[in-house]
Amino acid sequence: MSGTGEAYSRRRWTWPAFAAPGLLWLVLLFLVPFYAILAVAMGRQDPIFNTAEPVWNPLQWDPGIFGEVANEIFTGQLGVIFLRTVAYVGIASLLSLVIGYPVAYFVARHSGKRKVLYLILILTPFWIPYLMRMLAWVNLLEADGYVNAILGFLGVMAEPRDWLGGRSETVVMGLVYGYVPFLILPLFAALDRIDQSTIQAARDLGASPFRAFLHVTLPLSRQGILAGLVIIMLPMFGDYYTNTLLSRSPRTRMVGNEIELFVNSNSGEARGATITVLLMGLVAVLMAYYLFSVARATREARL
Amino acid sequence: MSVDVAQPPESVEAPTAWRRVRSWIANPWGRPRFLTVVTWLYIIWCIIPVLIAVQFGFNDGRSRTAWQGFSLRWYFDDPDLSVWNDPSLREALLQSVKLAVGTMLVATPLGVTLAIGLARWKGRAAKPANFLMLFPLITPEIVMGVSLFLVFIYFFQVVDLGTTAQLLGHITFTISYVVIVVRSRLFAIGPEYEEAAMDLGASPTQALRMILLPMLAPAIWASLAIAFAISIDDFVISYFLRGEASTETIPTRLYSGLRLAPSPALNALASLLLAFSMLAITSAALFLRRLRRREGRRGSAVEDLAHLDI
Repeated sequence: MSGTGEAYSRRRWTWPAFAAPGLLWLVLLFLVPFYAILAVAMGRQDPIFNTAEPVWNPLQWDPGIFGEVANEIFTGQLGVIFLRTVAYVGIASLLSLVIGYPVAYFVARHSGKRKVLYLILILTPFWIPYLMRMLAWVNLLEADGYVNAILGFLGVMAEPRDWLGGRSETVVMGLVYGYVPFLILPLFAALDRIDQSTIQAARDLGASPFRAFLHVTLPLSRQGILAGLVIIMLPMFGDYYTNTLLSRSPRTRMVGNEIELFVNSNSGEARGATITVLLMGLVAVLMAYYLFSVARATREARL
Repeated sequence: MSVDVAQPPESVEAPTAWRRVRSWIANPWGRPRFLTVVTWLYIIWCIIPVLIAVQFGFNDGRSRTAWQGFSLRWYFDDPDLSVWNDPSLREALLQSVKLAVGTMLVATPLGVTLAIGLARWKGRAAKPANFLMLFPLITPEIVMGVSLFLVFIYFFQVVDLGTTAQLLGHITFTISYVVIVVRSRLFAIGPEYEEAAMDLGASPTQALRMILLPMLAPAIWASLAIAFAISIDDFVISYFLRGEASTETIPTRLYSGLRLAPSPALNALASLLLAFSMLAITSAALFLRRLRRREGRRGSAVEDLAHLDI
């Protein structure tokens, strides 16, 4: 422990006092609202207007609506929507990794003197507003848009295709396009931190470049891969706007769309809140993993 | 990159363009070359669609798919439909800027003090406090949107949906980003400087004001800019907490407009959003560069931005 000055130990409350306003804010506007979801999901519903009546006391919680909605996962349409969401997010995350890894690897290892230029180029999409990027693809994918024009010109397709008419591949492509930049940055950071001499050592000991990559670089970047995947999967699970903009059909509906639908319709808020709770259950493992790995990294940075 | 292998003689280095092309043809799948191609394809794929979208904001006609010549029609000239003259677009622009400025001004002081507190506080409650700070970063935004929406309807009923609710929501998820930016600097500085000041008789407030804050200043400026960028880019929170029509922001206006009545004016509006975002993030990079210069570190501030992984 570095020199703990006397003045420090005397002022035990200085640092908590600094943290207090921010923490109070987060308690009131993050934790309390979080609890509100539960209170609404476990609350009662007005039988006539279908409006929610939140119950704040957990002892009086009524699992009626919650059970009803949860049951729909196994018996009704909701199960299909959950499965579809998992499938879209799974495929889109894997594709993102396949695209993102080589790019992050190249910028971290082989960009040489132009590293700053490449960094600017991979940071730019990160900071282009998401809705702007989706708008760009809506324009390109219109029936008379550039994508159909190019594909027609190349002779790939005789007929222009209705890309925005509820196609899974369009939605998955949109998710990949939307979230790859967020995967590349943590990957880059992890690859950039790898000590070059470890790879040099493997090469000196006779490993081929490929084997050196497989046995040194890849395992050392595992943390970055996992962190990157989690960081894009969490928002993807709650995404509804990519879907709405790139597919004008309920055929591709995801969990997020279901939540948006109910919360925005002045009725059925209890249902919307319940689906939100179920979504949280789905992503809880991912969140826990990330929290603990960040906490560990913070501890290491502090030492 | 330091490679200890013997360097080839000078004459072989400095390859002419032709020699490069020839070796390229001889072995197009050599590892770095393949990666170069993948990286450039990725960059083109990422950026060109956006540039095309910006271009169509300047289209002379109504089409968003066929170029009909350059004009500022969708920005100013059109008497009804341009960003300047369509009240719904103009209000969205105003609302976005209003929220971003408000968020920046409130979230930054809250985040800076929280970062200082969390970085120096070693008590038992510090750990859960740290977790609480991290949570907003990883909670899917839709969950935060729903939770804030419900809490303003059923619990904090004094706050109506609309500007105030949106502002409170934006501040809530921006605080943590500010903490991340400032905290990495705090770890780098370490507690030694303040401790030295206090050993020499400064009170904690004096040590903070005269030692720590000046050292943190560029990071604080950078986090102001980042808070602005994060707020103006936000869609989900603004969407769930919007009230009457005048509280639509640029992203929510794009969302409804794209579905109901797409027009190049939306491209123009989106381009303005892009300009704000780029301006904010460039100034963040410039502040971080000043920080690097002052500390005599080599390299570019862009690397600091790239390493801000949450």
